[in-house]
Amino acid sequence: MAGIPHDHYEPKSGFEKWLHKRLPIVGLFYDTLMIPTPKNLNWLWIWGIVLTFCLALQIVTGIVLAMHYTPQTGLAFASVEHMMRDVNGGYMIRYMHMNGATLFFIAVYVHIFRGLFYGSYKAPREVTWIIGMLIYLAMMATAFMGYVLPWGQMSFWGATVITGLFGAIPGIGPHIQTWLLGGPAVSNATLNRFFSLHYLLPFIIAALVAVHIWAFHTTGNNNPTGVEVRRGSKEEAAKDTVPFWPYFVIKDLFALGVIMTIFFAVVAFMPNYFGSPDNYIMADSLKTPPSIEPEWYFLPFYAILRAFTQDVWIVQLAHFVTFGLVDAKFFGVLAMFGAIAVMALAPWLDTSSVRSGRYRPSFKWWFRLLVFDFLVLMWCGSQFPTALIGWISLIAATYWFAYFLVILPLLGVIEKPLKTPATIEEDFNAHYGAGEAAHPAE
Amino acid sequence: MRTTARAKPPTRPSEKGPMEMIRKLTLTALAAFAALAIGQASPVAAQEAEAHIPDIPFSFDGPFGTYDQHQLQRGLQVYTEVCSTCHGMELVPFRTLGDPGGPHLTPEQVKAYAAAFPVNDTASNPQYIDAASGNPRKLLPTDTFPANNSMGAPDMSVLAKARAAFHGPYKLGINQLIHGIGGPQYIVAIVNGYTGKTKDVAGNTVYGNDIFPGGWIRMPPPLTDGQVTFADGSPNDVKHMSEDVAAFLMWAAEPHLNARKHAGFTGVFFVIVLTSLLYLTNKRLWAGVKGKKTA
Repeated sequence: MAGIPHDHYEPKSGFEKWLHKRLPIVGLFYDTLMIPTPKNLNWLWIWGIVLTFCLALQIVTGIVLAMHYTPQTGLAFASVEHMMRDVNGGYMIRYMHMNGATLFFIAVYVHIFRGLFYGSYKAPREVTWIIGMLIYLAMMATAFMGYVLPWGQMSFWGATVITGLFGAIPGIGPHIQTWLLGGPAVSNATLNRFFSLHYLLPFIIAALVAVHIWAFHTTGNNNPTGVEVRRGSKEEAAKDTVPFWPYFVIKDLFALGVIMTIFFAVVAFMPNYFGSPDNYIMADSLKTPPSIEPEWYFLPFYAILRAFTQDVWIVQLAHFVTFGLVDAKFFGVLAMFGAIAVMALAPWLDTSSVRSGRYRPSFKWWFRLLVFDFLVLMWCGSQFPTALIGWISLIAATYWFAYFLVILPLLGVIEKPLKTPATIEEDFNAHYGAGEAAHPAE
Repeated sequence: MRTTARAKPPTRPSEKGPMEMIRKLTLTALAAFAALAIGQASPVAAQEAEAHIPDIPFSFDGPFGTYDQHQLQRGLQVYTEVCSTCHGMELVPFRTLGDPGGPHLTPEQVKAYAAAFPVNDTASNPQYIDAASGNPRKLLPTDTFPANNSMGAPDMSVLAKARAAFHGPYKLGINQLIHGIGGPQYIVAIVNGYTGKTKDVAGNTVYGNDIFPGGWIRMPPPLTDGQVTFADGSPNDVKHMSEDVAAFLMWAAEPHLNARKHAGFTGVFFVIVLTSLLYLTNKRLWAGVKGKKTA
């Protein structure tokens, strides 16, 4: 399956040969596990394993939680409390699921920004990138619907606000909103379908993850130099790579262990730190909380949504040229989804011939600014929308779009990149010296 | 084995060795944490500047903190004699009053406490009635404190987790890392935050309170000095009683806190052992691929 030449599975015993002729499943696992992997991968390449772990953790804990949960508006809140009080270990399972979502999003953001810095999205890995973006979207949908299930105040009002975004679409919007909610407002029907979809989507994510892995196993992993593995012969490829098992499995498991230590400490000692206290108040359709805000992982995009108000000239322009079809609310919705769309288009917006940001002196700074920009947006999303916060959000949102739509295309033309190493082996040996399998160090 | 220096000096100091990698990982984790802290914000007071809520130390603060059984029992008494007049606690089963890690009452005491909440509507709830003694309720495992919303007072089952303090600075939530979420502290601050002023709003009397968002609260000052007499002679001024009842409400909201923290230490310990072994395995494994340090 991989494009990098390496040894394939050879069935040895009689049974293996018998099975291999009928179902080459052992070979599939062998080739997946033994895939040649660039040996210079740094510690930012561990997050894929962390994400896979998160998905498994969320599915396992989620299935147990679903055994005790009641998707009915009058009973949902109490059923969650029943898990916390009466189910053996239920409080641990629920807190792991709650904080598991947080770890999932920390991991996905580091993973995405790693891809953005090292140019992992560039040819030939566009399909991997696009599937990754689909996974990210599915994760957001799953997390959003999962947050509605405990039926607290933030669940209810978050669901009201977010489904309201679809209502902003001109013409068909209100119909879509009604269709999503199963009625004119967030109700029992909404809770039921969100529960159903919250259970379904993780399995779609799992399938997408398999395709994601299949895609980058076909192209080979990117690596910090952005230089491709040599594929002339098996021997040549072996100088640039080590097999995934055991080298990266053990390395990734070690990293996962460090992260698990922090994760378990958070679950056991401060499980509600990332949550909103308002969600411990049962949903009340007659009482609007003083501030409705999404979970932390949605805040950057929420800030973009709120940044485009009626007094922003580009909103007024859009309003004018579309004869009022695009109002401020709809513009905000477009901007929010657009912010993710431009990220997905990065493979075609980045014109640089050099893949890795390590060899792009000015790109490095624009990229660092983008990370900072993301954190600023996150902070803005959590603030009460004053005029000042509005301005900061608008500037930060503008930079987000400018990075993808202006800076990435232009930088490839004007920037003079540094010289990249000729091979991965050269880069690796420069840092660690040559291993015993390779040539002796010069 | 490690007698000579590496063949070539590293070009990037950040990839020097395993310690550096750990440092890098730690920094990544810290950066992620900082990013998250930014995401934290105020759920209760949004626009107005938050009133200053003092950080009262509780026995259950921090990773090592556990509930003080005697304080929980005093708090239960305050809840029973005072708060329960208006506040329900419909998600807390009576039987959990006897659980270890909570007030840990004897079965007889649990029954006696439950009897303080007689079943009024005996006709439609016959299963609760103890035939031997008449009205005082028979304890079913599912039998909880009653709901009470006659005065519009919020249910207290998870109240201590539904309130917060310490959102700063700039609502970054960093203070919550140090002081905790602050639910019990918020409750203590409310009870002690009355200004003594009253006014009429649409026929209802509201009471001035420095802590409550908006400055006026419908709840009259709930406690007065000496209102509850504790059997063990513990101080019963408003400040002490409010702390006791706040601790009790934290237990009501989070009954398995002690067990959770204990499990946390076990879990973290074993993951650290596993991680250490993986670290050594990884180091050994890669030693052959990376340049040999002996020439």
